[in-house]
Amino acid sequence: MSDPIPYRRPDPATQPPLDSPAYGSTHKRHPKQPLLRIPHTLTETSAPRFDASRYPAHADMSQVNGKGALGERIIVAGRITDEDGRPQRGVMVEVWQANASGRYHHPRDQHDAPLDPNFEGRARIFTDDQGNYSFVSVKPGAYPWRNHWNAWRPIHIHFGLHGAGFAQRMITQMYFPGDPLLDLDPIFLSTPDKAARDRLISKFDLEITKPEWALGYRFDMVLRGREATPFEKA
Amino acid sequence: MTAATAHQTAGPYWHMIDFPEWADLLRAGSGNEGVQGERITLMGRITDGEGAPVADGMVEIFQAGPDGKYEDVFHGFGRAATDSDGVFRFTTLKPGPVPGRGNAMQAPHIEIAIFARGLMQHLVTRAYFEGEALNATDPVLTMVEDPARRRTLVAKPQGDGVWRLDIRLQGDGETVFLEV
Ligand SMILES: [Fe+2]
Repeated sequence: MSDPIPYRRPDPATQPPLDSPAYGSTHKRHPKQPLLRIPHTLTETSAPRFDASRYPAHADMSQVNGKGALGERIIVAGRITDEDGRPQRGVMVEVWQANASGRYHHPRDQHDAPLDPNFEGRARIFTDDQGNYSFVSVKPGAYPWRNHWNAWRPIHIHFGLHGAGFAQRMITQMYFPGDPLLDLDPIFLSTPDKAARDRLISKFDLEITKPEWALGYRFDMVLRGREATPFEKA
Repeated sequence: MTAATAHQTAGPYWHMIDFPEWADLLRAGSGNEGVQGERITLMGRITDGEGAPVADGMVEIFQAGPDGKYEDVFHGFGRAATDSDGVFRFTTLKPGPVPGRGNAMQAPHIEIAIFARGLMQHLVTRAYFEGEALNATDPVLTMVEDPARRRTLVAKPQGDGVWRLDIRLQGDGETVFLEV
């Protein structure tokens, strides 16, 4: 059997370092030893098969049992490709977020902001053959955290992606355009390359927007691509 | 070419996507009912640079089936939350050996991904099984020259099919994490 084609190694400037001193929680949680770079094997180039019959899709966070959540209704849509622009089909996308007041439906979130009985804040969708996904939600609120004095997270939606190789697995956050908190946020700012950071900011999109119903935001994501040439045989 | 999207931390509220049943790869509805193999528990405790438990971690595993194949008859994905003591626990079947690159054979192993507040990207490591003959020639284990560090990748039997692999994120006994 021929060897699997490895995934391309990322340019470090385009990814946030594990040791990001301005984000306090990284201090005791980042390894001090260098990571061991291993050649990709079937373990890295295979991935779990998420059959929609066992992992049912749920694309509308804007209501619970037909009752609408409070907040500004939004549609988030985009396309998932690899670094070579190839659409990634069948990617399982997991989404979670705070409600419009900036509060998570989560027992550990003690922020003094109201819960919304009609908002749970999680979704699961799969990309279609062109790599497209979309879901409906409400615009989340900003919330405080204790990283530093008067620290507030910019409004964001968490995304988890499961691609065709376990080496493509990733979790990220989508931000909103024009948020003044972005320039103050150590998590957003930790990625050194500005262009890579800015790709985490969704774009308002009138074509996704539905008249009399919801504002649309576009958020495209890119998974690692494969090396151009097969890894040479040992 | 557009570089891959930047990772961001899963944060403290990732439990919004915790489905505790996913920690049991043999659960009803998993698709793994009836797959023959050696039933095991893989567990361990995750601690930080001060030895404090990582109590808000999300642990994912990906493994081959007892036949050494990925996603053929065995669906090898699991997710578990660490508890207040930093402990995670999976119920699964012991994987078989998996082909490596070239003519190499990899010893049975389970790939582990750790996500948490304070981890800007997830950390990847592997659980091998103490006593496996193939460990001596495994292409990943043999890359780790220091035997003490190599042992951070090898789970130890606790009896009753329980295998334990503690994970230290930083400092004394720091786990070998993989750049994949
Ligand atoms: Fe968040």
